[in-house]
Amino acid sequence: MPTQSGPATSEPGSAAAESDATPGQARPVRDGIALGLAVGVSGLAFGAAAVSSGLSTWQACALSLLAFTGASQYALAGVIAAGGSLLAGTAGAILLGSRNTLYGLRLSESLRVRGWRRPLAALGVIDETTALTLAQPDPPAARKGFWATFCCLYLTWNLCTLAGALGAGRVGSPQAFGLNVVGPAAFLALIWPRLRAGRTERAVAVAGAIIALGLTPVLPAGVPVILAAVAALGGALATQRSQPAQGSQPAQART
Amino acid sequence: MTGVWIAVLATAAGCYLFKLAGLTVPQRVLASPRVRRFAELVPVALLAALAAVQTATSGQSIDLDPARLAGMAAAVVALLLRAPFLLVIVAAAGTAAALHAAGVS
Repeated sequence: MPTQSGPATSEPGSAAAESDATPGQARPVRDGIALGLAVGVSGLAFGAAAVSSGLSTWQACALSLLAFTGASQYALAGVIAAGGSLLAGTAGAILLGSRNTLYGLRLSESLRVRGWRRPLAALGVIDETTALTLAQPDPPAARKGFWATFCCLYLTWNLCTLAGALGAGRVGSPQAFGLNVVGPAAFLALIWPRLRAGRTERAVAVAGAIIALGLTPVLPAGVPVILAAVAALGGALATQRSQPAQGSQPAQART
Repeated sequence: MTGVWIAVLATAAGCYLFKLAGLTVPQRVLASPRVRRFAELVPVALLAALAAVQTATSGQSIDLDPARLAGMAAAVVALLLRAPFLLVIVAAAGTAAALHAAGVS
């Protein structure tokens, strides 16, 4: 993999590339809408799974409307399907949502949301919006990308949850359309510019993936992904030790 | 049924408050270079972990489904060829769908 020596602001081949003609305009919105549509369709699968787990249509819709974070929603539905303790199920689902806190920590600087926009933006702090926002070259593009992804994904995910709960999920399996790789492919594509930006980033990504895969057989679904944050902690400490005065952070990090 | 509603609403409230907490952390916390570096690397670690788990596991077991793996391989090739975001997604989904249709998985 080539090492990028130039400024990290213009990564060729990334989601943010070729935006020089219309800085921070076309790409974040178009890519955000595409991501929202492609991932939102999997709401069909959630709606169908929730209803077959024993949730009512309106309970499935309430989860998508108010919790709006897929992993937690699936976790609660799974516990209800297994007839497990509702208290433990709720606690587990909420724990899975804790990674969104870590995302928010990073996003707050790029988004700079104040007043009434902050509680609204908070609802949209999830995997997909974070990935697309961080792939943008500057804060204005980051903000456009965030809101475009959030709005499109929110609408699609909720409409598809309703449709799936009402039985539309039986039309075809997500695998038939390759929708089961849309999420992982999008995540990889969106962190790609970061992976090209530095060796620490690549090491952290590989370590995160290994931690999550290694722990999957022994821990409940979702928990291994949260524990992958240990890789980020290691990366942060390693950076501090080897380069105490690292000043060349990727574009949006500056205040 | 009431118990399930309470669980649904409590999950929603808890997930929302976790999201809000991240956005509400005072900026001075991020002033520390170490915390800032951690916050920068967290999405890289978690999104890579998510991509790996969604590619190579089912439930609680490792599951090397050829269609999914091929879809991700197509995405990597597209990324190495510097394809735009949409093309990367289409290449991945198209490859996985084609293999699925061919009965590979």
